[in-house]
Order: sequence, then C-alpha cells, then structure tokens
Amino acid sequence: MAITVSRPKLNWSERLYLPAIVAGMVITLKHFKNMLFGRTKVTMQYPEEKWDSQLPEHYRGAPALVRDESGRIRCVACQLCEFICPPRAIKIIPGEIPSGDRFAKVEKFPNEFDIDMIRCIYCGLCEEVCPEQAIYLRKDYAITGFTRADMVHDKSKLLEIGGVMQGVVLKWNEKK
Amino acid sequence: MPSFLFWIFAAVMLGFGAAVVLNRNPIASALSLVISFLGLSALFMSLDAFFIGIIQILVYTGAVMVLFLFIIMLLDLRTETRRKMNVVAVVGGAMVALAFFAQICSVVGQLGAAQQSFPPLASPKMDDVHSVGLLLFSNYNVPFQIIGVLVLVATVGVVVLSKRELR
Amino acid sequence: MDYVFLISSFIKIVALFAVVLGIVNYTVYAERRISALIQDRLGPNRVGPAGLLQPIADALKFLAKEDLTPGHVNKFYYWLAPCLAMIPAITTLAVIPFGSTLFGVPMVIADINVGVLFVFAIASLSVYGIVIAGWSSNSKYPFLGGVRSTSQMISYELSLGLAVIPIFLLLGQLRLTEVVRYQIEHGWMIAPFVGDWANPHKWLLAIPMMISFVVFTIAIFAETNRLPFDLPEAETELVGGYHTEYGSMKFALFFLGEYVAMITGSAIIVTLFLGGWHFPWIPDGSQGWGWGLVNIFVFFSKVVVLLCVFIWVRWTLPRFRYDQLMRLGWVFFFEIALANIFLVAIILAYFPS
Repeated sequence: MAITVSRPKLNWSERLYLPAIVAGMVITLKHFKNMLFGRTKVTMQYPEEKWDSQLPEHYRGAPALVRDESGRIRCVACQLCEFICPPRAIKIIPGEIPSGDRFAKVEKFPNEFDIDMIRCIYCGLCEEVCPEQAIYLRKDYAITGFTRADMVHDKSKLLEIGGVMQGVVLKWNEKK
Repeated sequence: MPSFLFWIFAAVMLGFGAAVVLNRNPIASALSLVISFLGLSALFMSLDAFFIGIIQILVYTGAVMVLFLFIIMLLDLRTETRRKMNVVAVVGGAMVALAFFAQICSVVGQLGAAQQSFPPLASPKMDDVHSVGLLLFSNYNVPFQIIGVLVLVATVGVVVLSKRELR
Repeated sequence: MDYVFLISSFIKIVALFAVVLGIVNYTVYAERRISALIQDRLGPNRVGPAGLLQPIADALKFLAKEDLTPGHVNKFYYWLAPCLAMIPAITTLAVIPFGSTLFGVPMVIADINVGVLFVFAIASLSVYGIVIAGWSSNSKYPFLGGVRSTSQMISYELSLGLAVIPIFLLLGQLRLTEVVRYQIEHGWMIAPFVGDWANPHKWLLAIPMMISFVVFTIAIFAETNRLPFDLPEAETELVGGYHTEYGSMKFALFFLGEYVAMITGSAIIVTLFLGGWHFPWIPDGSQGWGWGLVNIFVFFSKVVVLLCVFIWVRWTLPRFRYDQLMRLGWVFFFEIALANIFLVAIILAYFPS
C-alpha cells in the first residue's frame, strides 16, 4: 500500500529560506571561530608532535636483536623465530663461533639476520618463541625507506635498534 | 580610431560573416556569427556609439546567440556534416550572391551621396546614452511605451504559464 | 597620441593584472584554509610558513603535469574553451574604478560611459567558454554541465541587470566612476549612515537599495557558478561538469577563470553598493599619493572581505536542485527586481529629496 507522506506546511518566514540560511552561516562561523582560536581539538601534527611518551607498555613496534651486558649477541641462531614467523619475514644464516673465542661454549651465532620490514606484521611471535630472549619488539614505528632493499633490516641495524639488555630477563618466571 | 583598426574590424566582420555560410559544422557557423557581431560592435564603438555597440554584444552575442548555440548543441550534428555537397545548388547560390553583390556595387557606384566625402562628425555635447534616451522618450515616446508594454505582457505571460501547476 | 595616457594605461593594466592574479592564487589558498577551519580541520599548512607557498606549489604542479587531450574530443574547440573561460572575466576588470587617483592619474583603466553595461555584456560572453567546453568534450556529463550552465547564466543575467537599474534611475548615469562619486557625496548605497545621514530621503532609498543588493549578490553567485548554484560543475552528480575531460593547465585555466569571475563580481558589488574605494574619513588621492595608495588598498580590502563571504557561503549552504534554481531565478528574483524598480521610481517621483 502506498503511503502518502504529508509534507509539512511551511510558513512565510520558513519559505523565505533566509532565516535558515543565516542560522546555518552562524553555525559555520562558530566552528570557524573556535577553530581559529584553537578551541577545537584537531588531529595531531604528526612529524612535529609525537605520541611516543604515551605509547603503552605492551606496544609492539619494530623487532630488534639485543646484546647482553658483556656485548655478546644473545641470539644463538636456533632459527625458531624464522620458522614461526607467519609472513616469513625473518631470514637467518647461522655461523659457528670459533673454538678460541670467549663465548665458544655457545657454539652458534647468526652470521646474517635479516628482517624484511615490508613483510613483518608486528605480531610478536618471534619475541614469544625465542628461548634466549634475544629478540624483542621495540617501540619504533616509523620505519621508512626509499627502496625495498632499504626496508630490510640487517643484523647491524637490528642490533642498533635493540641495544643492550641488562640482566637476565626471565620472561617465563611468571608462568611457572 | 585609426583607420587601420577600421579595416581590421571590417575584415574580421566580413570574413567571419562568410564563414557562417561556408562552415559545414553548425556550431562553427554560430561561433563565427558571434565573432562577426563582435567586429560589428567594435565598428559601432569606433563611431563613439558605445551604447549601441555594447547593446549589440549584450543582446545578440550574450543572449540570442547563446540560445542558438543551446539549440544547435541539442541537435544531432553528424547528419549535417556528413551530407554531400550539391554542386548545382552551390553554383546557383554563388551566382545569385555574386549577382546581388554586383547589383549593390553598381547602385552604390551611381549614388551621388556615395561619391562625395563628408566632414568628420562633430563630437556630441552629451554622451550617446543620454542622446539615445532623449530621442526615445521625446520623439518616439508612444512607440517606445507600446513596445515596453508588449515586452512586459510577454514576460508576465511567461511567468504565469510557468507558474501554473501541471495536472 | 598622448604618450602619458598610453604609458600610464599600460602600467595600470599590468599592475591590476598582477594584483588580481595574486589575489586569485591566495583566494584558492583562503578557500582551502577557511573551508578546513569551518569543518574543524587545519587545511594546507605544510608548504612554507602556514602553508602560504601552497598556491605556488599548486601552479607548478599544474604546469608540470602532462597535457593530455582525450581522443574523442573536438580538438579545436577543446583547446579554445579554456581561453574563452578566462578572457571575459579579466576583461571586465577594465572598467572598474579600483582607486581614486595616483599622481593625478585616475585609477580606472577605461572610464567609458556605459560602464555597467560593458560589465554585463562581457560577463554574458563567459558562458561561451563553458558551453564550448561542455560540447567539445563529446561526453555526457560535460555536456549536461554545459546545458545547465547556459540556462542558468541566461536566467540570472536577467535579475542581475534588473537589480542595478534602481541605482541608475537614481543617478541618471551608467558611468561607474560617477556611481562611486555619488556614494562619496551621499553615503554608500546600502549604508546611509555614511555621509549626510540626517537626510530621510536617503533612508527611504536604502530600502530598495538593500533589496537590489541582495538580489544582485545572489545573482552574482549564480553567474560565477558558486555554491549554492554550482550546478554546472556539481561534483556529486556530474563528476566535474563541463571540465570533466580537462586536465593540467587547461583545467587550471577554468579554475582560475572561476576565481577571477568571483573577484570581478565582488569588485562590481563593491563599486555599486559598498562605496567603491571610499571609506569615511580617508581623503582621496588628490591629497597626496599615499592616500591614493590607501584608497586602492581600501578597495581591495572590501573585495577580499566579499570573497571571504563567498567562501563562507560556499561551505555552509547545500546545492539547490535544478528546478528550484530556475524557479528561484524566474519566479522569485525576477519579480522582486522588477517590483523594486517600480518602488524606486515611485520614491524618486513622489518623495524628491
């Protein structure tokens, strides 16, 4: 059944449109004024203003390798992270530590450790799976580059982001 | 106005006037007519008749030709440009036009007034808008009023017709 | 020939052209900033301090872009249309008195005795650019834009012309410098408190002048294809209207043409209704060249204020429907303007000053 929608009868001043137009213009003027005097909240001006200090504790940024207090790369090239990485962003070529070395007991170290940051999805599985607590997700999020090759973080870059991890982090302690 | 400007504008006017006839594309014809009108109004202005010149642009170029263009644009132009030239018609038309032109030339050549040269026009005491207005409202007051009423009736009629609701 | 006249005219033309193009560029910038502020955004603020170099960047972008001509267009007219869109808008500026005098030279390029008719005549030519653009693009949305624009401009030219007749009934002159001179002596057309404010005749006349002003301003909105009357280019329905098929500098010419037309329109409104270059207590250029410059500055300030109003209206009002637009033009403004003429004639005949 067709329903006839009755249109409201407009009175004289409403049909003149002018009061409505003026009311609309007052509203836009109010917005303009508030914005001009900075009374409206606006989007953050990104490169100048950053939100780094407010990043939450559990923020997952770029993955990075860490050294221990004595300067050794914690990674022992077990390749667990390489296997678990869902987008297969990690590539490790293990190497052997020569027998005369101070850390010869560890036997293996990563000869090359590349993370393709175009592929990385910041899931944090590598950090979770690492038995040596060698890879961590840091708070860096602005990862840029001009070429695809720029976007692959190699070992030195990862160590630079990671820095030194002080003390023994027993991340499974609370799960015991 | 220097005479070379007169020749330029006269040439523009005549050239584009010929283009109106010669162009196969109706849009091109209409636009040629527009430019021809512009040349005509420039000639009026060279005679210090600013009012007539401007009205020429305002009415013919700005309103009438726009409506022409409007209508032409809504037509299908392909048939017009694709049509074959009829040789007999072209030759006949050209001959008629030439005969007419020759006749005008002969008449003007024999006219006494066309041979003598006139002194330059004295510059008028008041501007042409005033003289046109004075003439219209003194010598031709009644016809002017009648035409005014006629135009007003036409506009009112259009408004009434367009205001009527369709049932 | 008079060489002083030639040289001074040349300088005036070049200077006015430069000033107007400068204002055009920064109107585009102001449009973007003001619209952003109205919508609680910030707008372009990256290029240069507060984004002030944005117009230059835009211009460079337009110039550097590939100048593409689509295959299905009518080449000659396709190239002709952007020029036709730009020329009439700029030509109109020739008769507008943009200042008093500077070193004794009147600040108007051509002070012809049919000033306002000249403005209307040239403004009526600006429809050709749009129509030809719409037709030559050979595609349906531009064509619809062209058709709409033709009928819109013809309709609103009528109320535009009728709205200024009251002024010329009052003055008995078509010369724009005379309009300004009258307003200096008797106060602005719509602001009778300037000048001899105690004169009741002036207050009586201000009523029809106000009506004229409103009708004229709205008609100028329609003539320059600005919102709420931007039906020829309505992005949401016609993609881009008559300039859908245009790109790079040819599009920029349409764009600039629209803004120049806006400036011209504001300049005419200022000259006819808002006292031109006059401002109370500021002497004219005969008191020294400094005051002459101040007069020019006053004129362009008024124009800029009106441009801001144009922008403000654009980002406030929604677009009219096409039949509403035609109705408004023919049934509403046309009659108001016509009745207004009678009103002024009656006032002038029965209540002489």
